[in-house]
Amino acid sequence: MIAELGHYALTLALGVALVQAILPMVGATRGDARWMAVAVPTALVQFALLMFAFLALMHAYVTSDFSVLNVVANSHSLKPMLYKISGVWGNHEGSLLLWVAVMALFGALVAIFGRNLPPGLKARTLSIQATITVGFLLFMVLTSNPFERVFPAPLEGRDLNPLLQDPGLAFHPPMLYIGYVGLSIVFSFACAALIEGKVDAAWARWVRPWTLLAWSFLTGGIALGSWWAYYELGWGGFWFWDPVENASFMPWLVATAMLHSAIVVEKRDTLKSWTILLAIIGFSLSLIGTFLVRSGVLTSVHAFASDPERGVFILMLLAVSIGGSFALYAWRAPSLSGGGLFRPISREGALVLNNLLLTTAAATVLLGTLYPLFLELLTNDKISVGPPFFNATFVPIMIPLFVALGVGPFLPWKRADLTPVLRLLITAFVFAVAVTVLAGIVIWGQQAYALLGIAVSAWLVGSVVTEIYRKIRPTRSIGFGQAFGRLLNLPRAAWGMSAAHFGIAIVVAGATGASLLTTERIEAVRIGETVEVAQFDFTLTSVTQVPGPNYMATRGEFTITPRDSGTDQSYILEAENRQFLSNGQVTTEAAIRSFSWYDLYAVLGEPAGQGRYTVRLYFKPLVPWMWAGTIFMVIGGFLSLSDRRLRVGAPKRSAAAPNATPPNAPSPSAHPAE
Amino acid sequence: MTQDAHRAKRNKFLLGLLPLLIFSGLIGAMGYQLLFGKDPSLIPSALIGDPVPRVELEALKQDKPGFGPQDFGPTPGNDQPILVNVFASWCVPCRAEHPIITALAEEQNIPVYGLNSKDTREAALDWLDELGDPYTRIGYDPTGRAGIEWGVYGYPETFLINPQGQVVYKYVGPISPRILNEEFLPRIEALRAQ
Repeated sequence: MIAELGHYALTLALGVALVQAILPMVGATRGDARWMAVAVPTALVQFALLMFAFLALMHAYVTSDFSVLNVVANSHSLKPMLYKISGVWGNHEGSLLLWVAVMALFGALVAIFGRNLPPGLKARTLSIQATITVGFLLFMVLTSNPFERVFPAPLEGRDLNPLLQDPGLAFHPPMLYIGYVGLSIVFSFACAALIEGKVDAAWARWVRPWTLLAWSFLTGGIALGSWWAYYELGWGGFWFWDPVENASFMPWLVATAMLHSAIVVEKRDTLKSWTILLAIIGFSLSLIGTFLVRSGVLTSVHAFASDPERGVFILMLLAVSIGGSFALYAWRAPSLSGGGLFRPISREGALVLNNLLLTTAAATVLLGTLYPLFLELLTNDKISVGPPFFNATFVPIMIPLFVALGVGPFLPWKRADLTPVLRLLITAFVFAVAVTVLAGIVIWGQQAYALLGIAVSAWLVGSVVTEIYRKIRPTRSIGFGQAFGRLLNLPRAAWGMSAAHFGIAIVVAGATGASLLTTERIEAVRIGETVEVAQFDFTLTSVTQVPGPNYMATRGEFTITPRDSGTDQSYILEAENRQFLSNGQVTTEAAIRSFSWYDLYAVLGEPAGQGRYTVRLYFKPLVPWMWAGTIFMVIGGFLSLSDRRLRVGAPKRSAAAPNATPPNAPSPSAHPAE
Repeated sequence: MTQDAHRAKRNKFLLGLLPLLIFSGLIGAMGYQLLFGKDPSLIPSALIGDPVPRVELEALKQDKPGFGPQDFGPTPGNDQPILVNVFASWCVPCRAEHPIITALAEEQNIPVYGLNSKDTREAALDWLDELGDPYTRIGYDPTGRAGIEWGVYGYPETFLINPQGQVVYKYVGPISPRILNEEFLPRIEALRAQ
C-alpha cells in the first residue's frame, strides 16, 4: 500500500513539476505577478511529494518488503539496518529518486530563502529547475519505476553488492548527489539570467552561496568515495581515474572555477559571460556523468546495470537541456556587456589564470575519459586510458595552479605590482625551501618527484599563513595584541578561503605521499612469519574464521613493531576477507592504522597453498593528511557560506544599483577581507 | 569602423556558438556509441580467426599427453572442433565451471584440452583427483608463459577451435549453463554442420 502511495506521489510530482515549469515562465514573460507567484507553492509541494516517495521507498527497504522488485533486487533481510537504508540509493531506480528529490530540495530552498530575489528571476529559475525535474520524472515513470511490484513475492532478497555495504559508501552517494545535483540550481540561475539578459553583481551574489553549498558537498562526497576506495578495494590506492570518478571530478573542477569567477562578477562586474558558461558546463558535466554511469557506453567499476533504452532517454534529456542552454547562451551571451577593465597582473588576472587552468584540467579529464569512445568510433580500436595519461597531463596543469595560488590572494584588484607582493612572500618561499630540503634528507634515494609535491604544499601553507598575518597586521604599527583582536574579527569568508586553500595544501602533501612515497610489499607468508615494510616489521600472528551478520569473515591478525625504535610498542591490525552468504561474493577489508605522519595498511589475500596466505602490506606516509585536507576544504566552504554578507547579504537589485556602477569605479562593496 | 564593429559582433556570436557545436559533437559521438557501438565490457581476442599459438606444452600427468599446435587442425581422424580450457587449482570460478566442462566433454563428445597455468603440479593433480578429470590432454604451464601466448586475460577462460585449427571464439570467465546454451552449443553445432 505504501509503495503504491509512493508511486502515486511520484506521478503527482510530475504533474506539479509541469505546472511549475510552465506557468511561472509564461507569467515572467507577460509580467503577470500571479502566475509568477505559482512557482513558490509548486516548488514546495513538489518537494514534499518527492520526499514522501523517497520515504515510501525507504520504508519498503527498512521493512524488507520483498513484494517490491527493487527491494528484492538490492536488499536482504539479514542485512544490517544501515545498509538496508543505504540500499535505497545503491541502485539505478532508487538513486534516480534521490536525484529528483535533491533537485526538488534545491528548488524548495530557493523558494523559501529567495525572498530577496526579483520575482522575474526567481520565477524563471524555479521554472527551469522544474523543467529538468520533469525530464527526470518522465524518465523514472516511463523506464525506471522504483515501486514496481513482483508477484508472487520471493521470501528473500538478492542482496546489495557487498562492496557497497560499507559505512563510507552509505553516505557517499547522498553527499555526492547534493553536490552534483546542487549544481542544477546554479544552472537554472544562469539560464534564467540569460533569458532576462541581465547579469550583474547582484546576480553573482545570489548565485555564489548555491555554488558554494553544492561545491562543499561535492568535495565531501568525492572525498568519501576516495576514502572508501582506499580502504575497501584493498589496492592501497585512493584515485583510479575511473570514468565515473572522473564524472564527479569534472563538475568539481568547473564548480571550483566558477566559485572564483563569480567573485569577479560580484566585485568587478566583468567575466559575466564566462561565469554563465561555467554554470552551464558544471551541471552539464554532471548530466554527462550520469549518462556515462547509466548507459553502459564506457566500462567502469561503478556502472549501474546498464540498459540502452535508458541510455537513449538520458541522451535525449542531455540533448534537450544542455543543447537548449548552450543555444540560449549562443543567442544571449554576445549581448552581455563586460564591465571593469583590469591589467593581467591583478586579482582579476589571477582569478582568470585560476579559471583557465581549472577548465583546462577539466577538459583534459574529459578528453581522457571519452577518448576510448572517440577512438573506437573512428578506428574501431579498443583502448583504455588509465592513470599514466592523467598523471602526465593533469599534474603539470595543477602545479602552476598551486604556485599561482600562493600569490593570487595578495594581488589587489585592477592592477598590481608583483615586486612588493613577492617581497611579502619571501618568508613563505624560504619556508617551502626549508621543508623541501628537510624532506629531501628524509626520503633520500626515493622518488625525486615527491619533493615537487612537498615543495608546492609547503609553499601554499606558507602563503596561507602569510596572508592571514598580513590581514591582521598590515603595518608594523599594529601591536600583537591588537593584531590578535583583528584575527578574531576576520570575516568568515576570509577564514573560509584560508581554510580551503590550506586544505588544498594538505591534500597535495597527502596525495604525494600516497602516490609517490608508499612502500609496498606483496608476499606469501605462513602464520608467524615477518615481513619488513619500511621501518616496520609486519608479523602475521593468526588467521581465524569469524562469523558476521550476513557474511563469514577470514580474519588475519598482524602484529606490527617499529624496528630500531628501542621501544616494545606494537600495534595489532585485523584485516578481513568477507564472503557474503547471499551470493558468495568476497570483499576485502583492509586494516588501516593511521598516525599523524603515516598509515600502516595491511590486506589479507587468498590462501596461497601450504598454509601460506598472500598479504599486501603498505607503509603510506602522509596519507591521513589527504582526508584531513578535504575536511578543511569542506569546512572552508561552510565557513564562507555562513558569512553574514553571503547569507542574507544578497541585496535587492535596486540596492546594488545594477549597471549603475561605472566600469572603473571601485566596487561599492569593497571590503578589506577580499 | 562600422565594418570592424560588425565583424567584432559576428566573432562574438561565433564564439558564443562554439560550446553548442562542441557539445553537439559530443552528443553525436555518445549517441552513435550507444546505439551502434559494441558492448565495452566484452574483451576481444586478438587470436580470433588465427591458427592456435605455436607453443608446445609439456604433460601435466604421466598418463596423459600435453599438447602443441600439431594437435589441432586437420589431421586424419580429427574433424572435430576442440575446446581449450584454461584452469588453475587456486581459481575458485574454475571450480564452479568444472561440472559444466565435464558435462560438455561427456555429453557433447568433444575433446577438451586443459591448459593448467600458473599452478604447481601437485596442487593441480590434487584438484583433478578431487573434482574429476574430463580433459583429453592437459598441458602444464607453471610460469604462465604459454598463457601469455594464448592471450589469457583471466581465469578461467575457454577457447573454441575449429577443425582447421583456428581460434573461433573465446569466453572469459566461468561458463554458466546459460553461456553454454547460448554461446558454446550453437557454435559447436555450426562447426559440426560444416
